[in-house]
Amino acid sequence: MTGDPLFADGVDWGDIAVMGVKVGVAFAALLVATMFMIWFERKLISDMQHRIGPNVAGPWGLLQAFADGVKFFFKEDLRPANADPLVFRLAPYISAVTAFVAFAIVPVGGVFADTASSGAGGRQGTVTLFGKETILQVADPPIGILLLLAMSSVAVYGVMLAGWSSGSKYPLIGSVRASAQAISYEAALGMSVVAVVIVSGSLSTQSIVASQAGGVNNWLLLTTGIVPFLVFLISATAELNRPPFDLVEAEQELVGGFHTEYSSIRFALFFLAEFMNVITMSAIMVTLFFGGPAGPVFFGWTWLWPTVWFLAKVLAFLFLFVWFRATLPRLRYDQLMSLGWKVLIPVMLFWLMFLGLVQLSGVQGWNRIWTFIAAAVGFALGWALLAAALRAAKRNSPDVDAEARPAQTAGRS
Amino acid sequence: MVEVVVFAVAAAACLVGAIGVVLSRNPVHAALMLVMTLFGIAVLFVAQEAHFIAAVQVIVYAGAIVVLFLFVIMLLGVDRAAELSLDALPAQRWTAAAFGLGGAAVLVWLVAAVDRLFKGAKSLALETAGAASAGAGSEPTDYVADVSVLARSLFSDYVYAFELTSLLLIVAVIGTVILARRSYGADQHGADGRRADQHGADQHIDASESASTGTTSEAGR
Repeated sequence: MTGDPLFADGVDWGDIAVMGVKVGVAFAALLVATMFMIWFERKLISDMQHRIGPNVAGPWGLLQAFADGVKFFFKEDLRPANADPLVFRLAPYISAVTAFVAFAIVPVGGVFADTASSGAGGRQGTVTLFGKETILQVADPPIGILLLLAMSSVAVYGVMLAGWSSGSKYPLIGSVRASAQAISYEAALGMSVVAVVIVSGSLSTQSIVASQAGGVNNWLLLTTGIVPFLVFLISATAELNRPPFDLVEAEQELVGGFHTEYSSIRFALFFLAEFMNVITMSAIMVTLFFGGPAGPVFFGWTWLWPTVWFLAKVLAFLFLFVWFRATLPRLRYDQLMSLGWKVLIPVMLFWLMFLGLVQLSGVQGWNRIWTFIAAAVGFALGWALLAAALRAAKRNSPDVDAEARPAQTAGRS
Repeated sequence: MVEVVVFAVAAAACLVGAIGVVLSRNPVHAALMLVMTLFGIAVLFVAQEAHFIAAVQVIVYAGAIVVLFLFVIMLLGVDRAAELSLDALPAQRWTAAAFGLGGAAVLVWLVAAVDRLFKGAKSLALETAGAASAGAGSEPTDYVADVSVLARSLFSDYVYAFELTSLLLIVAVIGTVILARRSYGADQHGADGRRADQHGADQHIDASESASTGTTSEAGR
């Protein structure tokens, strides 16, 4: 059931043309969306702070991001004398390419019907382009959502190598922070994805979306029990280095973080990758937990409505990320690490076991109440053990908060 | 045709990466070359329809293990090109060359042996593959079957090996934490260790030993 129906009957030039159109449209749309995301964020955050924001280039300052992009092209491309030439050039491209590739697995449209109630079999969410049946996503690889995890783990290289190859201390500190943060939160992120996979029973994003068809009650947000979504949201924010987890570019401590030494188009690539990742993560969240393009289809072009719903949901998440930035103060580094390792990962571990138990009880036909009691007992035991371990660790070490407090006063804006 | 091209490109990437790991003087470049080899192997896995293994290859090896290598390289500050003219163990080059040649010979022999084995057992292999796909009840290229087959064998036939491996990893993690944890009662030793780092390896070992005994006494208290 995975894979593009486009290639089901061999590959001809028409298939290749459709594929080319899909890749081209996705690439261009993502670039333009990134430009507008920059404008959206600046405009929204100035509204929240009672400022006007960009208002010179174009109507409502819409063309500000384009103007900045053009300016970046014509700036001087500096390379520090201490920099490692090859790696310094390579790093921005790793960041940009991984940001693009991760978006390929997001289904941006197509009607998904509830197979259980309507009895409709066969492929879901397909549309017909130029007489070819295809899906509205660039690729539906069998590993599906694992591609996101692979890309986010490869993206660490972009940050890490940029910091190291600059041959300068602040970028190095920034990149070590960034990669430690990304690796820590990748665990929680991966586990919340596993929760989705357990409940939907597939790795493919097409099947994950298809399993949520048929109304809000089937959305994985509710069927996985909200906790995985919250963990995913928090770890995605950390993975994106968005506030309140933007220690990577804490200006007061690190100048600009890992990209301090970059200028011109290379800096623009990092900037682009960062905003593109925000869009991709929002789209992934919509796909995994909010039914993807699911929504009521009213009149006229039935194929258009799912895409409209999808874009509306993504926009809601983009708004949420900007809202976070306007509202929440930056965490301290030890708070960041203890949130990741001592809260999110244990909670998610328990929740995974709970979901597994619920699935198993459904298969085996066990009594629901006893299952929940067993889960509650397990949770209490695990929580008690963790609390005891944390208390023992605290007793054996001096007051970490007291040590970190001077750093906090120096590091907050 | 496509398969040949994919194999040629991926194999070339693997080989160039592997040679680069050996020849790079800069440890960071060597680690990056290793990543290139790992990516080439992942592409080869995809070409063999082992998508899950390919994904795991990228996530675990490229995404975690080499990142840890890079962490160590960057944090220890050994990211300078190695000075090769001063060699503390001149004999190691000859030993390495001998072992390398021996390893290559064993590899060639293994490939030849496996090839001979498979030529004889080809019909048998095809038969079992057909039986397996008939048992799964779906087309053999369907990937969902691939993951569930892997999971089933991992959690049924090989469950003890699997659990023992995870136990081993936990033991390793706990051991690392105990060794690496800075003992707060023995701050002096820790500072000694850092200073001794510049003086010489022997002193450094002494200092870290005393620091670790400090840790154990702290833990025993």
